[in-house]
Amino acid sequence: MQTSLSAHALRKLAHVLVITLITVALAFPFYWMVVTSFKQNVDLYTMQNNPFIFNAKPTLDHLTFLFTQTRFVRWLGNTTFVGVVVVSITLVFALPAAYSLARLSGRWGERVGIGIFLTYLVPPTLLFIPLSRVIAYLGLQDSLWALILVYPSFTVPFSIWLLMGFFKAIPRELEDAAMVDGLTRFGAFVKMVIPISTSGILTVVIFTFTLVTQEFVYALTFLSSEANQMIGTGIPIFLVRGDVYYWGGLMAACLIASLPIALLYNLFLDRFIAGFTVGAVK
Amino acid sequence: MGAAQSPALGAVMLAPAVLYILLLVAGPFLLAIFYAFSDARIGNTELHFVGLENFRSILQSRSFRIAVRNSFVFTIGSQIVVIIVSSILAIVLEKPFRGRGVIRFLVLLPWVAPIALGAIGWKWILDSIYSVISWVLVALHLYKPFSAPMWLGEPHLAIASVLLVHSWRLIPFSTVILLAGRTAIPKDIPEAAAVDGAGFWRTEFLILLPMMMPIISVAVLFGTIFTFTDMTVVYILTAGGPFDSTQVLPSLAFTVGIQGSDLAAGAAISLSLVPLLVIVAYLMLRVAHRAEVT
Repeated sequence: MQTSLSAHALRKLAHVLVITLITVALAFPFYWMVVTSFKQNVDLYTMQNNPFIFNAKPTLDHLTFLFTQTRFVRWLGNTTFVGVVVVSITLVFALPAAYSLARLSGRWGERVGIGIFLTYLVPPTLLFIPLSRVIAYLGLQDSLWALILVYPSFTVPFSIWLLMGFFKAIPRELEDAAMVDGLTRFGAFVKMVIPISTSGILTVVIFTFTLVTQEFVYALTFLSSEANQMIGTGIPIFLVRGDVYYWGGLMAACLIASLPIALLYNLFLDRFIAGFTVGAVK
Repeated sequence: MGAAQSPALGAVMLAPAVLYILLLVAGPFLLAIFYAFSDARIGNTELHFVGLENFRSILQSRSFRIAVRNSFVFTIGSQIVVIIVSSILAIVLEKPFRGRGVIRFLVLLPWVAPIALGAIGWKWILDSIYSVISWVLVALHLYKPFSAPMWLGEPHLAIASVLLVHSWRLIPFSTVILLAGRTAIPKDIPEAAAVDGAGFWRTEFLILLPMMMPIISVAVLFGTIFTFTDMTVVYILTAGGPFDSTQVLPSLAFTVGIQGSDLAAGAAISLSLVPLLVIVAYLMLRVAHRAEVT
């Protein structure tokens, strides 16, 4: 009894140790952003100081700098604007397409569905060079509309894939009943299917929005002026003046921009994963 | 009616999305191929067909060969780290315990936060002078002050750093996929194994691992795509340096095609991603197909 008890305790200890070790390793950069954001420069840049503690009083200087001396707020606004427009475009394209593939098309619908999923595997790093010419041809260089035009090319495919799953889960009898009551097929889709798919639509909204905030390559290629940046490009490129890194401000910016996105994504994560597992999990 | 299909309406509802995707994915893809066989440059309006010239010249360039090597080193290396760590993490996170929600949030941060911002965090942690890692090594008397390595300044260390940042980013993604796989395994299987006297290791490796193979391959295939086609980590951490030693195919395509204005060579470099993408797509379809059959 004694030995089995201690074996149990040992197991528990190993469990806690492994979790702690991995969690610390994964979360450390974000902890480091917090610490750096509130340290005075004298504290940050004195090598004798223990970097893990506050050797001088914590300060809000970096936050003040970020919000008054840089275009950070503007970048947050740009990102929100592009996010909202891209989400709307994505819904307009993906909702009917997903319904069509889930309900209105037989075997060929499945093929098209797989084809659409495969386009999700074509990365921005393969398309950004020709797209940069298309954008130039359209006169959209250094404009947020360039991103609004291009981003749906990767948000629509995955959203169709996610929504297909939701629509397939709706019992067909509901639509049949609505159509017996005099609605057309399209009417049933608009008045019946969309309202009861709110949670699926919300998932797509969050997923699309986070994809927009995380994109880097297109924003780097298409945008050039400081005022037109997204958070993902503005922070790493324009918060560095010459070779001078304002680490306090940089880390504060990273933290403020990351946390809301992380919180949102976290809430909906399990549903995105259902989309990724492509039926390999029942 | 009901289950019967309405092909006309179906086509009308599907067409806009398919057209958009064709226009903005298939179109640029064909244009990339066209560029790769031409002498297109930014600012140059005339185009000539040059055959395989671009491919010949990139194959001869040293930075291209380094980029190919790095792309594979980062992809394969990080996938090995990711699968090992995320398998362990999925095991310890599976059963509920107090504080699991908080731990889950912290563990997921590297994946859910924008990678460009996470990478800047690492750039600060790996700073040439104020690196916290160097500070710890000096404090432990493993290095004299000011003599700790320049993590991003020496080719081998820079390669290791990029590899680890990629792994750091993908571990949460892979963990969540593996967790989904584990919860899908009927509970009576590990229980029956326990009754038969199989211990922890036997259950994990001989019983659960084979059942997890399809889902592990999904995690690896997505991880491969995400790492192989990413340029953000390299661009922010090292910008390909020192001396092109951490350049990968996408970042080299950007350097040559956009910054260097050589659209043709840039297109040829990014097209060299395609063979691996095709293989991954094929394997993914096989995994999905097998899951449907069984």
